[in-house]
Amino acid sequence: MSRSSNILDRPLGRSGARSPEGSLVSLSAFAYVYSELVQYHQGRAASISELERRLESAGYGVGLKVLEMTAYRAKEAKRETRLMSILHFVSSSVWKSLFGKAADSLERSIDHTDEFMIIDYEPIASTFVSVPPDLGQLSADAYVSGIIAGVLDGAGFSARVTAHSVNVEEGEYTKQGGNSMPGMPPRKDKAVFLVKFSPEVLSRDAALER
Amino acid sequence: MGFLHLFIVNKSGGLILHRPLGPAAPRIGTNEWLRIGSTFHSLHAIAAEASPVKLPGNKNSSGADDGIEQIEGGGIVLKCLQTRTGIKFVLTAEPGTPDLDMVLREIYVLYSDCTLKDPFYELEMPIRCELFTNAVDNLIERVEAGGAKTR
Repeated sequence: MSRSSNILDRPLGRSGARSPEGSLVSLSAFAYVYSELVQYHQGRAASISELERRLESAGYGVGLKVLEMTAYRAKEAKRETRLMSILHFVSSSVWKSLFGKAADSLERSIDHTDEFMIIDYEPIASTFVSVPPDLGQLSADAYVSGIIAGVLDGAGFSARVTAHSVNVEEGEYTKQGGNSMPGMPPRKDKAVFLVKFSPEVLSRDAALER
Repeated sequence: MGFLHLFIVNKSGGLILHRPLGPAAPRIGTNEWLRIGSTFHSLHAIAAEASPVKLPGNKNSSGADDGIEQIEGGGIVLKCLQTRTGIKFVLTAEPGTPDLDMVLREIYVLYSDCTLKDPFYELEMPIRCELFTNAVDNLIERVEAGGAKTR
């Protein structure tokens, strides 16, 4: 295959600067493209929930492909069949290949046995986004929840994933400087990705338990 | 030594942000602010014509339109950063406040990060981005507390 002069066919990043997870993309470039994606969908959506659904379906296709690529690169001989292992796969391997670090925590909901939460204190999709008050509960990380839903669906665990912005309590998360972005104040909100599995996934997992 | 006000004027002369930066800042009504913004915009342009030294194309060394960069008066220093795209960042402060240039450039960086990458911000419209105003407040706090070091 000859090296095409078309920039879209060339591999990303300089050949010398390869990190183990792959080449790095500038956060600003992603932020601008994502900002246009949100504006594009906002012009076509009639309501906040429709905008969220459009962003989630934009991420879904990415999730399916990320699952294949991450699973291949992890060189695991067996695919994940248990709930906890697929969740660990998402919160560590998938997060590392997408964002360069593992998710900050994975929790199980106390009230509902079919709900899990993946928490990220510095979600990159919403790093520069200020949601206006008339859009209320919209989370700019809906795209990432679409990616997670794509990964889980592709692995055979159908789930509904939603993104929520939750206030960070005092002292809950301290990193040097309070923010990896230089010059920016510490983030007030963390992103909580709520994963609600379908009942058949839970019953299958319970059956495998026995 | 204190910062007084920040105001940002878009390329048509309209005010898109005004923010008091410290307790010493005088309280001015919004209409007054709009007038100050557009007056400054016009004066900035006229100053380039009135200046004894005229730069080619009226553009200064950084490619932006030439005009008022600093005004010093009894009790106030006003500094202006004009960008290539026509946005003016104007900072007023008490005389003797250090690092005004650096703060102006940092504010420009914060503007390009928090407002231009925000999908809900329309260009040239008044800035309503919470992230930007929080970041500016945070920057001023850090500069006043820590002296020259901000990064």
